[in-house]
Amino acid sequence: MMTKALPVAAGMAWLALASAADADTPAPPSLAPYFQPAIGAAKAPDADGFLQRWLLLEPIVKPNRSNSGFTNSYVRTALTTHYFPGQFTALPKDGETVKGAAPLRWHAFDAVPFDVTLFTFAAALGKPTYGVIFNAVTVVHSPREMKNVRLAVGSNAASMWWLNGKEAVMLSGDRRMVMDDVLSPRLTLAKGRNVLRGAVINGPGLSDFCVRFLDEDGKPIRDISVDVK
Amino acid sequence: MRHFATALAALLSLPGAASAQLAGEPFIHDPSTIMESDGKYYTFGTRGGGLVSEDGWTWHSGGERPGGGLAPDVIKIGDRYYVAYAVGGGGMNGGHASNIKMMWTKSLDPKSPDFGYHDVGVVASTDGVENADAIDPAFLLVDGRLWLSYGTYYGFIRIVELDPKTGMRLAGNQPVDIAIDMEATALMYRDGWYYLLGTHGTCCDGPNSSYNIRVGRAKSVTGPYLDTMGVPLLKGGGKLVIDGRGRTFGPGHFGLIDLGGGMEKFSMHYEADMDRSGRSVLAIQPLLWRDGWPIAGDNLKAGTYEITSERSGNALQLNVDFVRIAFDPRRSFFAKPDTPIVPVPDQTLAEDQATWPKDKIAVDLGEYMIRPHQQWTITPLAGAGGYFGSPYYKIVVAGTDRALAATPDDEVVTAPAFTGAPEQLWRIDQLIDGSYRITPKVKSASRRDVALVTIGASTPTLATFDPASDAGRWTFKAP
Repeated sequence: MMTKALPVAAGMAWLALASAADADTPAPPSLAPYFQPAIGAAKAPDADGFLQRWLLLEPIVKPNRSNSGFTNSYVRTALTTHYFPGQFTALPKDGETVKGAAPLRWHAFDAVPFDVTLFTFAAALGKPTYGVIFNAVTVVHSPREMKNVRLAVGSNAASMWWLNGKEAVMLSGDRRMVMDDVLSPRLTLAKGRNVLRGAVINGPGLSDFCVRFLDEDGKPIRDISVDVK
Repeated sequence: MRHFATALAALLSLPGAASAQLAGEPFIHDPSTIMESDGKYYTFGTRGGGLVSEDGWTWHSGGERPGGGLAPDVIKIGDRYYVAYAVGGGGMNGGHASNIKMMWTKSLDPKSPDFGYHDVGVVASTDGVENADAIDPAFLLVDGRLWLSYGTYYGFIRIVELDPKTGMRLAGNQPVDIAIDMEATALMYRDGWYYLLGTHGTCCDGPNSSYNIRVGRAKSVTGPYLDTMGVPLLKGGGKLVIDGRGRTFGPGHFGLIDLGGGMEKFSMHYEADMDRSGRSVLAIQPLLWRDGWPIAGDNLKAGTYEITSERSGNALQLNVDFVRIAFDPRRSFFAKPDTPIVPVPDQTLAEDQATWPKDKIAVDLGEYMIRPHQQWTITPLAGAGGYFGSPYYKIVVAGTDRALAATPDDEVVTAPAFTGAPEQLWRIDQLIDGSYRITPKVKSASRRDVALVTIGASTPTLATFDPASDAGRWTFKAP
C-alpha cells in the first residue's frame, strides 16, 4: 500500500514527509532516461501519437497534503489563477525565467518515454516534487485543418488543457495517469501552428501526463509535429 | 457465456439476513494470499500479525509474522511456506527506498513444532531515487519457476524471478517493468495466459478511498500485459475486476483462492466496512471467468427465486398436484379486436397449497409454470457459519416456512417448518461460469463432496459433484 490521499491520522506526518523523503534521497535522479534536450526539427509524435516535445516550467509551489481535495471547483480555481505574467498567452523560450512568487525557469525537453514524468523533471532539478503546479506548453504544427479531433489526456493528478487559448478539457480528482483517460469535446486543429497549454496539479506522490490527439475514429493523429517555437 | 446473465433480478433484502461479509473480527489491511496450514487458514497483513480461520468464514486475530513492514504475500512450495514482505518504502517515513525480504517456515501455526521462520534475505530493492518502490510483493509459481511482482504508484510495477528451492533471487536476474500506476499486485496463470492484477485508486482513507482491482494479461510472464481494450498496463490500462459496492468501499490486494471443482474465490480487503465502524476488513468473493478474463462474482442475495437446473432447464419444485389457473382458452382464441382487455390474476399460494400434504413433501423438477410451489425464498443466516465467503442459507417455499432439507440417505425433501437444523442449511457457491453449486451443510455418510445434483431431467438428489457436468449447476431467476 502507499498513501497518496493521506488519511487524517497521517496528515501531520506528511507535513514533514516531502522534505524528509527528499532528504533521505542520496542523489537526485538523472534526467537522461526521461528527457533529452529539445533540439532539431519539429518532432513527430511517437508511434501511438503521443506528443513528446514540451516546454516545462519549474513547479509552482501549491501545498496540498492530499489529492482528495481536487474537486472540479478547486482544480479550476487553482489552475486558472494567474501565477506569472503571460501564463495563458505567451509562448515562452527555453531558459526564460518568469517572475511569480519566485523566479521559475522554462525548460525545453523531448520526453523519452510516451509520458512526461513531471516528478522526475522536478526532482532532477532539485525542485519541489509534492504540493506543486506544473505548466507545460507545446506548439502543434498541423499540415491542414483537422476538424472533429479530440485531445486525449491522462494526468497524475488533476490537470487543465487549453488549445489556442480555449479550454479544451479538465481532469479533476485524485487521478493516476491512464492513457486516453479523458477526451475533450470535438476540436479543430488549425492548419499551421496551434498552441497547446496544460497545467497539472499534484499533492503527494508521483506526477506525470500523457497527451495525444485522436481522430473521429479514435485513431491517433500522427501526421502532425510538435515544437517549442 | 452460458450461464452468466441468467441469475439476477431486483431483489428484496430481508430483515435478519446475514451480512454479506465474513464473521468474526476480520480486521486487516493488505492481506496476503490465504494459505492452509495444519488444518487452518491464515492471512497476514501490514505491520505483522494476521487472521486465522477454521472454515474460511469466521476469522479471528492470529498467526505470527515477524519483521513488520508492509503487505506480505505467502506461497507454499514443497514443505515450506515462503513469506515475502517489504521494509521501507510506500512513501512514508523511508520515502521510496525499500527492500523486499524473504523468509520461510514449515508451518504457519505457532503451536506446531514445525513453526519457525528462517530468514532468506533481500530479494528485491529500490534505492529511493529510481522510478519504482519495492513494496507489495506477490508470488506466482508456474511450471517450476517462481516469480515475484512488486511496486506501487511510485513508478513501475516490476517482476523478478526467484529460485523456488531457496526463495533467493536467481543469479543475474534483472527486474522487468510490467505496469504503471497500480499497487498491491497479484499474478495468476490460466490456460496459457499470465494475469497481472493490481489496485488502482487511493487507499487508507476509509469510505473516501477509491481503491479498485484491475487486470491485464500477457502470453509471457514479463509482459506486455494488456487489458481488454488493448491498452498496455505500462500505459495505465487495466480492466475492472471489482470496485466498492453497497456498504463496503475500496477493494484492494487480490489473492486467489482455488477451491477446485470449478470453484474459485478471491480474498481482498475493503478499505471501509461501514457496518464495522468503517474499518478495513478481509473479504472473500467468487471469481468468475468470462471470455478468458477474471471478474468478481457475488454471493446470492436474499430474495425469492426460481431455482433452475442447468442440466434440464427445469425448476426445483414441490412434487404436488398441479393446480390449473381458471382460464377459458376460448376467451383468447375467439376474442375480437375490440373485446375488453382485463388482467388475469396470478395463482395464489392458497390456491396452489390447497392439496399439499402437511408433513414432508418430496421435491422434483418440472417445467417452470410460474406457480407458488416452484418459488423459493432464500435467506443467508446470521450466526450459522459458512465457508470461504459463502454463508449458509435457508431455502423455503415462498410465503411459507416449508424448508428444503437433506435426508440421511442423501435425498432431498421439504420439511413442514424451518428449524435451523443442519440438514436445513445450504451453502450456495458461485462457480467460475456464473452458475451456482448448492451444498448441504450436513456431510454425507457414504458419499464424498455431495451437492444438489440433477440425475434425471426431473429428478434431483444429493450426489458427488462433478465440475465438468451441468448436472450440479443451478441458476437463480426472478420468479
